[in-house]
Amino acid sequence: MKKKYKHKIFKNLCKGCSLCVHYCPKKVLEIGEDRKVFAARPEDCIGCHLCELRCPDFAIQVHACSEEEKEYKS
Amino acid sequence: MYNENIFNYLRTEKLPHIWCPGCAHGIIVGSMLRSIEKLKLDKNKIAVLSGIGCSGRTPGYLDMNTLHTTHGRSLTFATGIKMAKPELVVIDVMGDGDAVAIGGNHFIHACRRNIDITAIIFNNNIYGMTGGQYSPTTPQNYFASTSPYGNMEPSFDIVKLAIGAGASFVARADAFHIALLDNVIEKAISHKGFSVVEVMGTCPTQFGRRNKMKEPYQMLDFVAERAVSIKKWEEMSEEERNGKFPIGIFLNENREEYVESYEKNVILKAKRSNV
Repeated sequence: MKKKYKHKIFKNLCKGCSLCVHYCPKKVLEIGEDRKVFAARPEDCIGCHLCELRCPDFAIQVHACSEEEKEYKS
Repeated sequence: MYNENIFNYLRTEKLPHIWCPGCAHGIIVGSMLRSIEKLKLDKNKIAVLSGIGCSGRTPGYLDMNTLHTTHGRSLTFATGIKMAKPELVVIDVMGDGDAVAIGGNHFIHACRRNIDITAIIFNNNIYGMTGGQYSPTTPQNYFASTSPYGNMEPSFDIVKLAIGAGASFVARADAFHIALLDNVIEKAISHKGFSVVEVMGTCPTQFGRRNKMKEPYQMLDFVAERAVSIKKWEEMSEEERNGKFPIGIFLNENREEYVESYEKNVILKAKRSNV
């Protein structure tokens, strides 16, 4: 079964620089109307953590979902 | 290891930080904090210093022993701290103008003494905070507010300068290749002796806007496409090297450290002579 990830985004820290959006290999993230990032397609995430490592504002963290959460979602 | 515990090392009430959207300084600070966590250092046993400039804001956000000092003179304060309290891990965060322009003299003499300080140089190729004047590390033919026809001066090679001046650990990394950056900073902090890490960063606001790289990712791509690993660099011809820079660890040697040497050659002799 494919691993699932959830994106913890601190909207108060995000400045909308879009580095995470640009460097995401699966195009999971997008900039919303409030000019902050949000996870538009979290099911595509492969857990590479590139957005987390490249975020200059410490505003995004990627967490692997636990077993229960996987069942709950599916 | 990722950012899950990063807020333990930050003064969260001071965030969001002052740096522009997309500024690589935040990426470098994140890398520094991950390295500190990986080395399992006690945050109360770390002293972080900085000079003036965009990089000078770093200590304000770190929940450690921090000191914001005068322009270019942070290494002198760091030397004092290390001499008085050798048990502290001293990290000095400097900008390119701080380290090699205004504080160039302090920098070469700290290298010469080989005192156990980690100097992390945030090289964004420009004086970002004061309005985008060109700095000694601005690449040739690029524009700054004081070089409207393109910068004609050749730029500084900080790695060669540090090796020449006698530092015992010298490396260069960049804000795009995060794995290398984490690795290099971790090694620099654990190295005993003066360690210099030059980190090639970005300045989308002052450098990027004047050089047709307005978006933060364009600026970061500009860094990424110029960075070449040392191995590949050695195989390249002089023409191919033009405009690029090597990244990696250039020097890692064990030499006598200044505080230990001072203890042995001055303190002990002074005690014996009973003057």
